[in-house]
Amino acid sequence: MPATTYAQLVGTAAGVLLLSAVLVVWRRSLIAAVRLLALQGVALAVLVAVMALHAGEGALLLVAVLVLVLKAVVLPGAVRRAMQLAAGEREEAPLLNPTAALLACVALAGLAYVVSAPLVEIGDDPALRVVPVGVSLVLIGLLTIASRRRAMSQLIGFVMMDNGIATVALLTAGGVPLVVELGVSLDVLLVVLILAVLTTRMRSVFGDTDLDELRELREE
Amino acid sequence: MIAWLSAVAAVTVQLVVMVAAAPLVVGLARQSRAWVEGRAGAGVLQPWRDLRKLLLKEPVQAEGTRLQVAAPVVLLATSLMVCAQVPLVGTVSLPGLPGDLFVVVSVLLVGTVALAVLGLDSGTAFGGMGSSRHMTIAALVEPTVLVAVFAVSIPAGSSALSQIMNERLAAPSTIASPASLMAVVALGIAVLAETGRLPVDNPATHLELTMVHEAMVLESSGRDLAWVELGSWLRLAALVGLVGNLLVPWGQATTASPGALLVGILTLLAKLALSAVVLGAAEVFLAKVRLFRVPELLAGSFALAFLAVTTSYLVT
Repeated sequence: MPATTYAQLVGTAAGVLLLSAVLVVWRRSLIAAVRLLALQGVALAVLVAVMALHAGEGALLLVAVLVLVLKAVVLPGAVRRAMQLAAGEREEAPLLNPTAALLACVALAGLAYVVSAPLVEIGDDPALRVVPVGVSLVLIGLLTIASRRRAMSQLIGFVMMDNGIATVALLTAGGVPLVVELGVSLDVLLVVLILAVLTTRMRSVFGDTDLDELRELREE
Repeated sequence: MIAWLSAVAAVTVQLVVMVAAAPLVVGLARQSRAWVEGRAGAGVLQPWRDLRKLLLKEPVQAEGTRLQVAAPVVLLATSLMVCAQVPLVGTVSLPGLPGDLFVVVSVLLVGTVALAVLGLDSGTAFGGMGSSRHMTIAALVEPTVLVAVFAVSIPAGSSALSQIMNERLAAPSTIASPASLMAVVALGIAVLAETGRLPVDNPATHLELTMVHEAMVLESSGRDLAWVELGSWLRLAALVGLVGNLLVPWGQATTASPGALLVGILTLLAKLALSAVVLGAAEVFLAKVRLFRVPELLAGSFALAFLAVTTSYLVT
């Protein structure tokens, strides 16, 4: 693959990753957020595949397929299923209004660039320039977890954070070993499934999935 | 001297084409909206007929103030200046008249302030309300436009519009880069807000609670109103043409030769017509957002513009 095409593909995939994260913060609708999450998964898989083709590693291609199946199909599917069970909760009522959240996103993206400047300067590889995107994904995911009420949105923020961590690991170290990647992915999958089940239980007990309601201990 | 004369000729041609086309752009947008809604519509030429009618009428003016006469002329003058600066027919620019994007944004702001002053000067409740809303939106739009402009100008290494266009013509791959696309989308939202189209302002209503542009021009009549309307239409046509040219730069005249200018005029008219039809048809499916949610929309567009700047450092 020519160097310019490689740089362009990496840049495009990173742009889509960042854009989908910001759009998740922008939109109130949960269905749109799940679709954007799937899009983010596809972008991450494309990024891994491009890196694999560039480095000529077969194992990384396997990781790309794994990422595609898990992050673009299985995880959004699990979140969507949890949402269908908890019917009626289509809209998020965030603690932070979208205007402030978007400006916070912008600030976080700027912060990510400042923080990861030493990493970018390690080498000339175009992949290293994308490291700030991974860091901002982690930060924006954290912002989503902190500023949203619904369990589903927090789940989405959690998966976004995981995407960010995977991006940074991939770009700086050329990917983690397949065994570790498998272990981490299974962990994330389990967490999402458990939370999805928990959400349904919460809904049947409290009639809502607003996590702020879970502050008090109750005896029954 | 020859170069200077040909540049003057090119800019004059562009001005004439824009003045002739701007009312037609608005007419076509209204007409296509009517088609999509299943109405007959007033025809593409209706804005021109309105202009002629307004120019023949005697304006009703308040005593003791000149602003009602001056502000529309200032608005029209700034719009004409924007039309002269922005590369629409071609990328030939006058030496000494900077086609710099930052200058264009400032000139637009002068027109915005003139319109707001016109609204305030009438002394009516609606005029003041419209002006206050107009300035609120302008204050929110300005940072977006500047950051988006910065993002667009990074690949070209210059904020002069003609150089940006030449760079895009020379390297089409920069148009499809994520940074450039995000910047153009952000600029598009900002243009819709700046020119008072849906979803920020509804140009087809005089509902007192929602109108922004119409509230400011309520007290103008006759030729004053004609100048305001023509100025606003020119502004819309120039900005829409600019976004169209940023997305599809091909066809612009890079020299001032008659053949190149003719091609430039024809492609510009085609781009404007297409944008007008899309604009009118898309507005059928859009609802005006509440005024208090406009900052949300513009913050989103600002975030897009800012991310465009950051991602443009990824691919260099």
